[in-house]
Amino acid sequence: MPRIADYLGDDHNHCDDLFVAAENAVDTMDWALAQQAFTTFHNTTLCHLMREEEILFPAFEATSGMQGGPTQVMRMEHAEMRDTLSAMADCLSKQDSAQFLGLSETLLMLMRQHNLKEEQILYRMCDQMLAGDADTLVARMTQITP
Amino acid sequence: MQPATGLSYEQGPPLGLPLEFFRSAAYFLLLAAVAGMLTSLGSDALASRWSPAALAITHLLTLGFLGLIMLGALLQMLPVLLGVAVLLRPVWIRTARYSLSAGTLLLALGLYFVHTTLLASGATLLGFSLLVILAAFTRALFSNQALTLLTRTYQKAWLSLLITFSLGLTLAGGLAGLWTISDPIALTHLHLSWGLAGWTLLLIIGSAYQVIPMLQLTPPYPTRVSQYLTWILFIGLIIGTLGATRIASLVIAMAALGFALSTLWIQGRRRRKVNDETMKFWRLGMVSLAICALLIPIANQLSDPAQTSLGILFLLGFASSVVIGMLFKILPFLAWFHLRTQTGVSASQIPNMKQFVPDALQRRHFWLHLLGVVLLVPTPFLPTPFAIFAWGLLTVTAVWLLRRISEVRQSFLTHGGTL
Repeated sequence: MPRIADYLGDDHNHCDDLFVAAENAVDTMDWALAQQAFTTFHNTTLCHLMREEEILFPAFEATSGMQGGPTQVMRMEHAEMRDTLSAMADCLSKQDSAQFLGLSETLLMLMRQHNLKEEQILYRMCDQMLAGDADTLVARMTQITP
Repeated sequence: MQPATGLSYEQGPPLGLPLEFFRSAAYFLLLAAVAGMLTSLGSDALASRWSPAALAITHLLTLGFLGLIMLGALLQMLPVLLGVAVLLRPVWIRTARYSLSAGTLLLALGLYFVHTTLLASGATLLGFSLLVILAAFTRALFSNQALTLLTRTYQKAWLSLLITFSLGLTLAGGLAGLWTISDPIALTHLHLSWGLAGWTLLLIIGSAYQVIPMLQLTPPYPTRVSQYLTWILFIGLIIGTLGATRIASLVIAMAALGFALSTLWIQGRRRRKVNDETMKFWRLGMVSLAICALLIPIANQLSDPAQTSLGILFLLGFASSVVIGMLFKILPFLAWFHLRTQTGVSASQIPNMKQFVPDALQRRHFWLHLLGVVLLVPTPFLPTPFAIFAWGLLTVTAVWLLRRISEVRQSFLTHGGTL
Protein backbone atom coordinates (compact mmCIF):
# COMPACT_ATOMS: atom_id res chain seq x y z
CA MET A 1 0.00 0.00 0.00
CA PRO A 2 1.45 3.42 -0.92
CA ARG A 3 1.18 4.71 2.64
CA ILE A 4 4.15 7.11 2.52
CA ALA A 5 3.44 8.28 -1.02
CA ASP A 6 -0.17 9.07 -0.10
CA TYR A 7 0.68 10.87 3.09
CA LEU A 8 3.44 13.07 1.65
CA GLY A 9 1.62 13.47 -1.66
CA ASP A 10 -1.29 14.99 0.26
CA ASP A 11 1.21 17.27 1.94
CA HIS A 12 2.38 18.46 -1.49
CA ASN A 13 -1.19 19.14 -2.57
CA HIS A 14 -1.90 21.05 0.60
CA CYS A 15 1.23 23.18 0.09
CA ASP A 16 0.16 23.88 -3.52
CA ASP A 17 -3.20 25.18 -2.27
CA LEU A 18 -1.49 27.43 0.25
CA PHE A 19 0.95 28.63 -2.43
CA VAL A 20 -1.95 29.62 -4.66
CA ALA A 21 -3.70 31.48 -1.81
CA ALA A 22 -0.54 33.47 -1.02
CA GLU A 23 0.16 34.26 -4.66
CA ASN A 24 -3.41 35.35 -5.34
CA ALA A 25 -3.38 37.64 -2.30
CA VAL A 26 -0.13 39.31 -3.43
CA ASP A 27 -1.51 39.62 -6.95
CA THR A 28 -4.52 41.55 -5.66
CA MET A 29 -2.23 43.60 -3.35
CA ASP A 30 -4.20 42.61 -0.28
CA TRP A 31 -1.10 42.87 1.90
CA ALA A 32 -2.65 41.84 5.23
CA LEU A 33 -4.11 38.70 3.71
CA ALA A 34 -0.92 38.11 1.72
CA GLN A 35 1.22 38.24 4.86
CA GLN A 36 -1.04 35.78 6.64
CA ALA A 37 -1.37 33.42 3.65
CA PHE A 38 2.34 33.47 2.89
CA THR A 39 3.29 32.81 6.50
CA THR A 40 0.99 29.77 6.54
CA PHE A 41 2.41 28.54 3.24
CA HIS A 42 6.01 29.18 4.33
CA ASN A 43 5.61 27.38 7.67
CA THR A 44 3.70 24.46 6.20
CA THR A 45 6.32 23.99 3.49
CA LEU A 46 9.17 24.12 6.00
CA CYS A 47 7.30 21.58 8.11
CA HIS A 48 6.96 19.26 5.12
CA LEU A 49 10.67 19.56 4.36
CA MET A 50 11.49 18.75 7.98
CA ARG A 51 9.23 15.70 7.97
CA GLU A 52 11.29 14.38 5.09
CA GLU A 53 14.72 15.44 6.27
CA GLU A 54 14.34 14.35 9.87
CA ILE A 55 12.20 11.22 9.59
CA LEU A 56 11.86 9.81 6.07
CA PHE A 57 15.31 10.42 4.60
CA PRO A 58 17.28 8.99 7.57
CA ALA A 59 15.03 5.88 7.52
CA PHE A 60 15.57 5.49 3.77
CA GLU A 61 19.32 6.02 4.12
CA ALA A 62 19.59 3.49 6.94
CA THR A 63 17.66 0.80 5.04
CA SER A 64 19.11 1.37 1.57
CA GLY A 65 22.64 2.17 2.72
CA MET A 66 22.65 5.10 0.26
CA GLN A 67 23.92 8.23 1.98
CA GLY A 68 24.93 10.27 -1.05
CA GLY A 69 22.15 9.11 -3.34
CA PRO A 70 18.69 10.43 -4.06
CA THR A 71 18.11 11.87 -0.59
CA GLN A 72 21.15 14.07 -0.94
CA VAL A 73 19.80 15.42 -4.23
CA MET A 74 16.46 16.11 -2.54
CA ARG A 75 18.18 17.89 0.35
CA MET A 76 20.01 20.16 -2.12
CA GLU A 77 16.75 21.02 -3.81
CA HIS A 78 15.19 21.75 -0.42
CA ALA A 79 17.98 24.25 0.14
CA GLU A 80 17.11 25.98 -3.17
CA MET A 81 13.48 26.15 -2.11
CA ARG A 82 14.27 27.52 1.35
CA ASP A 83 16.45 30.23 -0.19
CA THR A 84 13.73 31.24 -2.66
CA LEU A 85 11.13 31.23 0.12
CA SER A 86 13.16 33.62 2.26
CA ALA A 87 13.70 35.91 -0.74
CA MET A 88 9.90 35.92 -1.14
CA ALA A 89 9.44 36.76 2.54
CA ASP A 90 11.75 39.78 2.05
CA CYS A 91 9.67 40.98 -0.90
CA LEU A 92 6.53 40.70 1.14
CA SER A 93 7.93 42.86 3.91
CA LYS A 94 8.80 45.48 1.26
CA GLN A 95 5.40 44.99 -0.42
CA ASP A 96 7.20 44.42 -3.72
CA SER A 97 4.59 42.47 -5.66
CA ALA A 98 6.47 42.34 -8.98
CA GLN A 99 9.57 40.78 -7.43
CA PHE A 100 7.42 38.46 -5.30
CA LEU A 101 5.48 37.18 -8.31
CA GLY A 102 8.67 36.69 -10.29
CA LEU A 103 10.09 34.62 -7.45
CA SER A 104 6.85 32.71 -6.93
CA GLU A 105 6.87 31.78 -10.62
CA THR A 106 10.40 30.51 -10.15
CA LEU A 107 9.55 28.65 -6.94
CA LEU A 108 6.61 26.98 -8.61
CA MET A 109 8.84 25.54 -11.36
CA LEU A 110 11.36 24.41 -8.80
CA MET A 111 8.83 22.99 -6.35
CA ARG A 112 6.63 21.16 -8.84
CA GLN A 113 9.58 19.47 -10.57
CA HIS A 114 10.95 18.49 -7.20
CA ASN A 115 7.57 17.12 -6.06
CA LEU A 116 7.25 15.14 -9.27
CA LYS A 117 10.61 13.47 -8.72
CA GLU A 118 9.69 12.61 -5.15
CA GLU A 119 6.23 11.31 -6.00
CA GLN A 120 7.29 9.29 -9.03
CA ILE A 121 10.57 7.92 -7.77
CA LEU A 122 11.58 8.47 -4.16
CA TYR A 123 8.27 7.86 -2.35
CA ARG A 124 7.67 4.71 -4.35
CA MET A 125 11.07 3.41 -3.35
CA CYS A 126 10.38 4.30 0.26
CA ASP A 127 7.04 2.48 0.19
CA GLN A 128 8.77 -0.63 -1.14
CA MET A 129 11.75 -0.55 1.19
CA LEU A 130 10.07 0.70 4.34
CA ALA A 131 6.70 -1.01 3.97
CA GLY A 132 6.83 -2.58 7.44
CA ASP A 133 7.64 0.71 9.16
CA ALA A 134 5.35 2.92 7.09
CA ASP A 135 2.71 3.44 9.79
CA THR A 136 5.28 4.30 12.44
CA LEU A 137 7.09 6.68 10.09
CA VAL A 138 3.88 8.44 9.15
CA ALA A 139 2.94 8.75 12.84
CA ARG A 140 6.35 10.25 13.62
CA MET A 141 6.11 12.67 10.69
CA THR A 142 2.67 13.79 11.86
CA GLN A 143 4.21 14.83 15.16
CA ILE A 144 6.15 17.54 13.34
CA THR A 145 3.71 20.39 12.90
CA PRO A 146 3.97 23.84 11.30
CA MET B 1 15.89 -3.34 -6.11
CA GLN B 2 17.89 -1.22 -8.52
CA PRO B 3 19.88 1.60 -6.96
CA ALA B 4 18.33 4.97 -7.57
CA THR B 5 20.32 6.62 -10.28
CA GLY B 6 17.20 8.49 -11.29
CA LEU B 7 17.30 11.60 -9.17
CA SER B 8 19.61 14.20 -10.51
CA TYR B 9 20.23 17.66 -9.16
CA GLU B 10 21.46 18.88 -12.50
CA GLN B 11 19.04 20.36 -15.00
CA GLY B 12 20.47 18.31 -17.85
CA PRO B 13 23.35 19.65 -19.95
CA PRO B 14 24.86 23.15 -19.52
CA LEU B 15 22.63 26.08 -20.55
CA GLY B 16 24.67 26.81 -23.67
CA LEU B 17 23.54 23.61 -25.41
CA PRO B 18 19.74 24.04 -25.34
CA LEU B 19 20.22 27.76 -25.89
CA GLU B 20 22.01 27.03 -29.18
CA PHE B 21 19.13 24.77 -30.25
CA PHE B 22 16.61 27.50 -29.46
CA ARG B 23 18.63 30.14 -31.26
CA SER B 24 19.12 28.02 -34.36
CA ALA B 25 15.39 27.24 -34.29
CA ALA B 26 14.51 30.94 -34.20
CA TYR B 27 16.84 31.56 -37.18
CA PHE B 28 14.94 28.89 -39.11
CA LEU B 29 11.66 30.64 -38.33
CA LEU B 30 13.21 33.84 -39.62
CA LEU B 31 14.46 32.07 -42.74
CA ALA B 32 11.03 30.53 -43.40
CA ALA B 33 9.33 33.88 -42.94
CA VAL B 34 11.76 35.72 -45.21
CA ALA B 35 11.47 32.94 -47.80
CA GLY B 36 7.67 33.27 -47.60
CA MET B 37 7.92 37.00 -48.10
CA LEU B 38 10.33 36.76 -51.05
CA THR B 39 8.28 34.03 -52.73
CA SER B 40 5.13 36.11 -52.37
CA LEU B 41 6.90 39.05 -54.05
CA GLY B 42 7.30 37.16 -57.27
CA SER B 43 4.35 34.77 -57.48
CA ASP B 44 1.41 33.13 -55.81
CA ALA B 45 3.36 29.85 -55.48
CA LEU B 46 2.50 29.61 -51.79
CA ALA B 47 -1.19 29.17 -52.62
CA SER B 48 -0.39 25.55 -53.47
CA ARG B 49 0.96 23.11 -50.91
CA TRP B 50 2.66 21.19 -53.72
CA SER B 51 4.76 24.06 -55.05
CA PRO B 52 8.52 23.69 -54.52
CA ALA B 53 8.55 26.89 -52.46
CA ALA B 54 5.75 25.66 -50.17
CA LEU B 55 7.52 22.31 -49.67
CA ALA B 56 10.79 24.07 -48.86
CA ILE B 57 9.18 26.48 -46.38
CA THR B 58 7.20 23.66 -44.74
CA HIS B 59 10.44 21.79 -44.02
CA LEU B 60 12.18 24.92 -42.75
CA LEU B 61 9.32 25.23 -40.27
CA THR B 62 8.86 21.58 -39.30
CA LEU B 63 12.47 20.40 -39.17
CA GLY B 64 14.24 23.69 -38.62
CA PHE B 65 12.00 25.65 -36.30
CA LEU B 66 9.74 23.10 -34.56
CA GLY B 67 12.20 20.20 -34.75
CA LEU B 68 15.17 22.04 -33.28
CA ILE B 69 13.15 23.67 -30.54
CA MET B 70 11.42 20.43 -29.54
CA LEU B 71 14.63 18.43 -29.56
CA GLY B 72 16.49 21.12 -27.64
CA ALA B 73 13.76 21.16 -25.01
CA LEU B 74 13.67 17.36 -24.82
CA LEU B 75 17.42 16.99 -24.39
CA GLN B 76 16.97 19.29 -21.46
CA MET B 77 13.71 18.10 -19.95
CA LEU B 78 13.88 14.33 -20.45
CA PRO B 79 16.59 13.78 -17.87
CA VAL B 80 14.49 15.76 -15.39
CA LEU B 81 11.11 14.27 -16.25
CA LEU B 82 12.20 10.66 -16.65
CA GLY B 83 14.83 10.76 -13.98
CA VAL B 84 17.50 9.43 -16.34
CA ALA B 85 21.06 10.63 -16.53
CA VAL B 86 22.21 12.99 -19.28
CA LEU B 87 21.15 11.54 -22.60
CA LEU B 88 24.07 12.46 -24.82
CA ARG B 89 27.55 13.83 -24.41
CA PRO B 90 27.80 17.55 -25.36
CA VAL B 91 29.94 16.80 -28.40
CA TRP B 92 27.20 14.56 -29.81
CA ILE B 93 24.46 17.04 -28.97
CA ARG B 94 26.38 19.69 -30.90
CA THR B 95 27.06 17.33 -33.81
CA ALA B 96 23.36 16.47 -34.00
CA ARG B 97 22.40 20.15 -34.06
CA TYR B 98 24.91 21.05 -36.78
CA SER B 99 23.92 18.18 -39.03
CA LEU B 100 20.20 18.72 -38.44
CA SER B 101 20.56 22.40 -39.31
CA ALA B 102 22.73 21.83 -42.36
CA GLY B 103 20.55 18.89 -43.47
CA THR B 104 17.37 20.98 -43.21
CA LEU B 105 18.93 23.79 -45.19
CA LEU B 106 20.14 21.49 -47.97
CA LEU B 107 16.83 19.63 -48.07
CA ALA B 108 14.88 22.89 -48.35
CA LEU B 109 17.16 24.04 -51.18
CA GLY B 110 16.86 20.62 -52.82
CA LEU B 111 13.07 20.77 -52.64
CA TYR B 112 13.02 24.30 -54.01
CA PHE B 113 15.33 23.66 -56.94
CA VAL B 114 14.36 19.96 -57.31
CA HIS B 115 18.08 19.24 -57.22
CA THR B 116 19.30 15.66 -56.80
CA THR B 117 22.62 16.29 -55.04
CA LEU B 118 21.13 18.82 -52.63
CA LEU B 119 18.24 16.47 -51.78
CA ALA B 120 20.50 13.48 -51.30
CA SER B 121 23.04 15.32 -49.14
CA GLY B 122 20.28 16.96 -47.09
CA ALA B 123 18.60 13.62 -46.47
CA THR B 124 21.93 12.03 -45.50
CA LEU B 125 22.74 14.70 -42.94
CA LEU B 126 19.21 14.60 -41.54
CA GLY B 127 19.40 10.83 -41.33
CA PHE B 128 22.65 11.02 -39.42
CA SER B 129 21.39 13.59 -36.92
CA LEU B 130 18.10 11.83 -36.34
CA LEU B 131 19.84 8.51 -35.76
CA VAL B 132 22.10 10.06 -33.13
CA ILE B 133 19.14 11.64 -31.35
CA LEU B 134 16.88 8.63 -31.74
CA ALA B 135 19.55 6.32 -30.36
CA ALA B 136 19.87 8.42 -27.24
CA PHE B 137 16.14 8.76 -26.76
CA THR B 138 15.47 5.10 -27.45
CA ARG B 139 17.86 4.15 -24.69
CA ALA B 140 16.22 6.59 -22.28
CA LEU B 141 12.64 5.76 -23.18
CA PHE B 142 12.76 2.03 -23.59
CA SER B 143 15.11 1.16 -20.74
CA ASN B 144 13.24 3.29 -18.23
CA GLN B 145 11.78 1.12 -15.52
CA ALA B 146 9.03 3.51 -14.50
CA LEU B 147 6.63 3.11 -17.39
CA THR B 148 4.79 6.33 -16.82
CA LEU B 149 2.19 7.99 -18.94
CA LEU B 150 4.93 10.25 -20.24
CA THR B 151 7.20 7.45 -21.44
CA ARG B 152 4.33 5.55 -23.04
CA THR B 153 3.27 8.64 -24.99
CA TYR B 154 6.81 9.63 -25.93
CA GLN B 155 7.52 6.08 -27.12
CA LYS B 156 4.71 6.43 -29.66
CA ALA B 157 6.05 9.84 -30.66
CA TRP B 158 9.53 8.36 -31.32
CA LEU B 159 8.10 5.56 -33.42
CA SER B 160 6.17 8.17 -35.39
CA LEU B 161 9.32 10.20 -35.92
CA LEU B 162 11.12 7.12 -37.20
CA ILE B 163 8.27 6.33 -39.61
CA THR B 164 8.01 9.97 -40.74
CA PHE B 165 11.70 10.06 -41.43
CA SER B 166 11.75 6.75 -43.30
CA LEU B 167 8.88 7.90 -45.51
CA GLY B 168 10.57 11.26 -46.04
CA LEU B 169 13.79 9.55 -47.04
CA THR B 170 11.89 7.36 -49.52
CA LEU B 171 10.20 10.43 -50.99
CA ALA B 172 13.45 12.41 -51.19
CA GLY B 173 15.13 9.48 -52.95
CA GLY B 174 12.25 9.31 -55.40
CA LEU B 175 12.41 13.04 -56.08
CA ALA B 176 16.19 12.81 -56.51
CA GLY B 177 15.66 10.07 -59.11
CA LEU B 178 17.37 7.36 -57.08
CA TRP B 179 14.31 5.10 -57.31
CA THR B 180 10.73 5.19 -58.55
CA ILE B 181 7.72 5.63 -56.30
CA SER B 182 4.44 4.28 -57.66
CA ASP B 183 2.11 6.57 -55.72
CA PRO B 184 4.05 9.60 -54.43
CA ILE B 185 0.89 11.51 -53.39
CA ALA B 186 -0.35 8.73 -51.11
CA LEU B 187 3.13 8.39 -49.66
CA THR B 188 3.33 12.15 -49.05
CA HIS B 189 0.02 12.01 -47.20
CA LEU B 190 1.36 9.24 -44.98
CA HIS B 191 4.60 11.16 -44.43
CA LEU B 192 2.75 14.24 -43.25
CA SER B 193 0.19 12.28 -41.21
CA TRP B 194 2.93 10.55 -39.22
CA GLY B 195 4.91 13.78 -38.95
CA LEU B 196 2.06 16.04 -37.85
CA ALA B 197 -0.54 13.81 -36.15
CA GLY B 198 2.15 11.38 -35.00
CA TRP B 199 5.42 12.96 -33.94
CA THR B 200 4.31 16.57 -33.41
CA LEU B 201 0.90 15.99 -31.84
CA LEU B 202 1.94 12.98 -29.74
CA LEU B 203 4.97 14.79 -28.41
CA ILE B 204 2.88 17.82 -27.50
CA ILE B 205 0.22 15.62 -25.87
CA GLY B 206 2.85 13.79 -23.81
CA SER B 207 4.39 17.07 -22.71
CA ALA B 208 0.98 18.58 -21.93
CA TYR B 209 0.01 15.64 -19.70
CA GLN B 210 3.04 16.42 -17.60
CA VAL B 211 3.52 20.14 -17.89
CA ILE B 212 0.00 21.59 -17.73
CA PRO B 213 -1.17 20.11 -14.42
CA MET B 214 2.35 20.57 -13.03
CA LEU B 215 2.97 24.21 -13.91
CA GLN B 216 -0.46 25.70 -14.40
CA LEU B 217 -1.89 23.93 -11.31
CA THR B 218 -4.86 22.53 -13.17
CA PRO B 219 -6.64 19.30 -12.26
CA PRO B 220 -5.07 16.27 -13.99
CA TYR B 221 -6.42 15.25 -17.40
CA PRO B 222 -9.49 12.99 -17.08
CA THR B 223 -8.27 9.39 -16.74
CA ARG B 224 -10.08 8.23 -19.86
CA VAL B 225 -8.31 10.91 -21.89
CA SER B 226 -4.86 10.23 -20.51
CA GLN B 227 -5.21 6.44 -20.72
CA TYR B 228 -6.74 5.98 -24.16
CA LEU B 229 -6.34 9.11 -26.24
CA THR B 230 -2.81 8.56 -27.54
CA TRP B 231 -3.62 4.92 -28.32
CA ILE B 232 -6.64 6.02 -30.36
CA LEU B 233 -4.44 8.50 -32.22
CA PHE B 234 -1.72 5.95 -32.84
CA ILE B 235 -4.19 3.29 -34.01
CA GLY B 236 -5.77 5.92 -36.30
CA LEU B 237 -2.37 6.45 -37.91
CA ILE B 238 -1.88 2.71 -38.38
CA ILE B 239 -5.34 2.32 -39.92
CA GLY B 240 -4.47 5.14 -42.34
CA THR B 241 -1.19 3.45 -43.25
CA LEU B 242 -3.09 0.24 -44.03
CA GLY B 243 -5.21 2.15 -46.53
CA ALA B 244 -8.48 2.97 -44.72
CA THR B 245 -7.84 6.70 -44.95
CA ARG B 246 -11.43 7.88 -44.38
CA ILE B 247 -11.86 6.02 -41.09
CA ALA B 248 -8.32 6.99 -40.11
CA SER B 249 -8.96 10.69 -40.58
CA LEU B 250 -12.11 10.46 -38.46
CA VAL B 251 -10.28 8.64 -35.67
CA ILE B 252 -7.34 11.05 -35.74
CA ALA B 253 -9.67 14.06 -35.79
CA MET B 254 -11.60 12.71 -32.80
CA ALA B 255 -8.42 12.22 -30.80
CA ALA B 256 -7.07 15.67 -31.69
CA LEU B 257 -10.37 17.31 -30.79
CA GLY B 258 -10.56 15.35 -27.53
CA PHE B 259 -7.09 16.54 -26.57
CA ALA B 260 -7.77 20.18 -27.47
CA LEU B 261 -11.08 20.33 -25.62
CA SER B 262 -9.89 18.51 -22.51
CA THR B 263 -6.86 20.81 -22.30
CA LEU B 264 -9.08 23.89 -22.51
CA TRP B 265 -11.40 22.29 -19.95
CA ILE B 266 -8.74 21.61 -17.32
CA GLN B 267 -7.14 25.02 -17.94
CA GLY B 268 -10.50 26.59 -17.16
CA ARG B 269 -10.37 24.87 -13.77
CA ARG B 270 -6.85 25.84 -12.76
CA ARG B 271 -6.22 26.73 -9.15
CA ARG B 272 -3.58 29.36 -9.91
CA LYS B 273 -5.19 32.65 -10.81
CA VAL B 274 -2.21 34.97 -11.37
CA ASN B 275 -1.49 36.09 -14.87
CA ASP B 276 0.41 33.54 -16.93
CA GLU B 277 1.17 34.76 -20.44
CA THR B 278 2.21 31.31 -21.65
CA MET B 279 -1.37 30.08 -21.07
CA LYS B 280 -2.49 32.33 -23.91
CA PHE B 281 -0.12 30.58 -26.29
CA TRP B 282 -1.50 27.21 -25.15
CA ARG B 283 -5.08 28.35 -25.58
CA LEU B 284 -4.44 29.71 -29.06
CA GLY B 285 -2.76 26.40 -29.84
CA MET B 286 -5.72 24.36 -28.61
CA VAL B 287 -8.32 26.47 -30.43
CA SER B 288 -6.28 26.13 -33.65
CA LEU B 289 -5.98 22.38 -33.12
CA ALA B 290 -9.73 22.05 -32.53
CA ILE B 291 -10.46 23.87 -35.80
CA CYS B 292 -7.94 21.67 -37.64
CA ALA B 293 -9.57 18.57 -36.12
CA LEU B 294 -12.97 19.62 -37.44
CA LEU B 295 -11.53 20.04 -40.94
CA ILE B 296 -9.34 16.91 -41.05
CA PRO B 297 -12.19 14.50 -42.00
CA ILE B 298 -13.00 16.61 -45.07
CA ALA B 299 -9.40 17.61 -45.84
CA ASN B 300 -9.27 15.51 -49.02
CA GLN B 301 -12.30 17.29 -50.45
CA LEU B 302 -10.85 20.72 -49.77
CA SER B 303 -9.30 22.77 -52.54
CA ASP B 304 -5.50 23.05 -52.73
CA PRO B 305 -5.44 26.59 -51.20
CA ALA B 306 -7.78 25.46 -48.40
CA GLN B 307 -5.48 22.53 -47.60
CA THR B 308 -2.58 24.98 -47.51
CA SER B 309 -4.52 27.15 -45.03
CA LEU B 310 -5.15 24.07 -42.90
CA GLY B 311 -1.43 23.30 -42.89
CA ILE B 312 -0.58 26.88 -41.86
CA LEU B 313 -3.15 26.71 -39.04
CA PHE B 314 -1.69 23.45 -37.75
CA LEU B 315 1.97 24.49 -37.97
CA LEU B 316 1.75 28.10 -36.86
CA GLY B 317 -1.56 28.29 -35.00
CA PHE B 318 -1.24 25.02 -33.10
CA ALA B 319 2.32 23.68 -32.95
CA SER B 320 4.27 26.96 -32.99
CA SER B 321 2.03 28.59 -30.39
CA VAL B 322 2.46 25.73 -27.95
CA VAL B 323 6.18 25.50 -28.58
CA ILE B 324 6.72 29.24 -28.03
CA GLY B 325 4.57 29.09 -24.89
CA MET B 326 6.71 26.26 -23.50
CA LEU B 327 9.92 28.05 -24.47
CA PHE B 328 8.91 31.10 -22.44
CA LYS B 329 8.71 28.83 -19.38
CA ILE B 330 11.72 26.61 -19.95
CA LEU B 331 14.22 29.25 -21.07
CA PRO B 332 13.94 31.67 -18.10
CA PHE B 333 13.79 28.79 -15.62
CA LEU B 334 16.94 27.19 -16.99
CA ALA B 335 18.76 30.52 -16.97
CA TRP B 336 17.71 31.09 -13.36
CA PHE B 337 18.55 27.56 -12.22
CA HIS B 338 22.00 27.43 -13.82
CA LEU B 339 22.83 30.93 -12.59
CA ARG B 340 21.74 30.05 -9.05
CA THR B 341 23.69 26.82 -8.90
CA GLN B 342 26.77 28.19 -10.68
CA THR B 343 27.15 31.38 -8.67
CA GLY B 344 25.73 30.10 -5.39
CA VAL B 345 24.36 33.55 -4.54
CA SER B 346 20.92 34.01 -3.03
CA ALA B 347 17.78 34.01 -5.18
CA SER B 348 17.24 37.66 -4.26
CA GLN B 349 20.50 38.69 -5.94
CA ILE B 350 19.92 37.21 -9.38
CA PRO B 351 17.13 37.96 -11.88
CA ASN B 352 14.01 35.86 -11.32
CA MET B 353 12.18 34.14 -14.19
CA LYS B 354 10.00 37.13 -14.97
CA GLN B 355 13.03 39.38 -15.16
CA PHE B 356 14.68 37.11 -17.72
CA VAL B 357 11.60 37.27 -19.98
CA PRO B 358 9.20 39.96 -18.70
CA ASP B 359 5.43 39.45 -18.89
CA ALA B 360 4.98 42.63 -20.92
CA LEU B 361 7.27 41.32 -23.66
CA GLN B 362 5.61 37.90 -23.64
CA ARG B 363 2.21 39.58 -23.95
CA ARG B 364 3.37 41.70 -26.89
CA HIS B 365 4.86 38.64 -28.50
CA PHE B 366 1.60 36.77 -28.10
CA TRP B 367 -0.48 39.47 -29.81
CA LEU B 368 2.00 39.77 -32.66
CA HIS B 369 2.06 35.99 -33.07
CA LEU B 370 -1.75 35.83 -33.00
CA LEU B 371 -2.01 38.56 -35.62
CA GLY B 372 0.53 36.70 -37.75
CA VAL B 373 -1.49 33.48 -37.55
CA VAL B 374 -4.79 35.22 -38.31
CA LEU B 375 -3.30 36.95 -41.36
CA LEU B 376 -1.27 33.99 -42.66
CA VAL B 377 -4.05 31.40 -42.60
CA PRO B 378 -6.13 33.06 -45.37
CA THR B 379 -3.10 34.07 -47.53
CA PRO B 380 -3.56 31.20 -50.04
CA PHE B 381 -6.86 32.84 -51.05
CA LEU B 382 -5.74 36.44 -51.05
CA PRO B 383 -3.73 38.69 -53.40
CA THR B 384 0.05 38.72 -53.09
CA PRO B 385 0.48 42.13 -51.40
CA PHE B 386 -1.52 40.75 -48.50
CA ALA B 387 0.69 37.65 -48.34
CA ILE B 388 3.85 39.77 -48.37
CA PHE B 389 2.53 41.72 -45.40
CA ALA B 390 1.52 38.57 -43.48
CA TRP B 391 4.89 36.86 -44.01
CA GLY B 392 6.55 40.16 -43.10
CA LEU B 393 4.74 40.05 -39.79
CA LEU B 394 6.04 36.53 -39.16
CA THR B 395 9.53 37.87 -39.92
CA VAL B 396 9.11 40.43 -37.14
CA THR B 397 7.90 37.67 -34.75
CA ALA B 398 11.02 35.64 -35.53
CA VAL B 399 13.28 38.64 -34.90
CA TRP B 400 11.53 39.23 -31.57
CA LEU B 401 12.02 35.61 -30.60
CA LEU B 402 15.71 35.89 -31.41
CA ARG B 403 15.93 39.05 -29.32
CA ARG B 404 14.28 37.36 -26.30
CA ILE B 405 16.74 34.47 -26.52
CA SER B 406 19.72 36.84 -26.85
CA GLU B 407 18.52 38.93 -23.88
CA VAL B 408 18.29 35.85 -21.66
CA ARG B 409 21.78 34.82 -22.77
CA GLN B 410 23.17 38.31 -22.16
CA SER B 411 21.56 38.66 -18.74
CA PHE B 412 22.81 35.21 -17.76
CA LEU B 413 26.38 36.14 -18.73
CA THR B 414 26.20 39.59 -17.12
CA HIS B 415 25.27 38.04 -13.79
CA GLY B 416 28.25 35.73 -13.84
CA GLY B 417 26.86 32.62 -15.55
CA THR B 418 29.00 30.36 -17.71
CA LEU B 419 27.43 28.81 -20.80
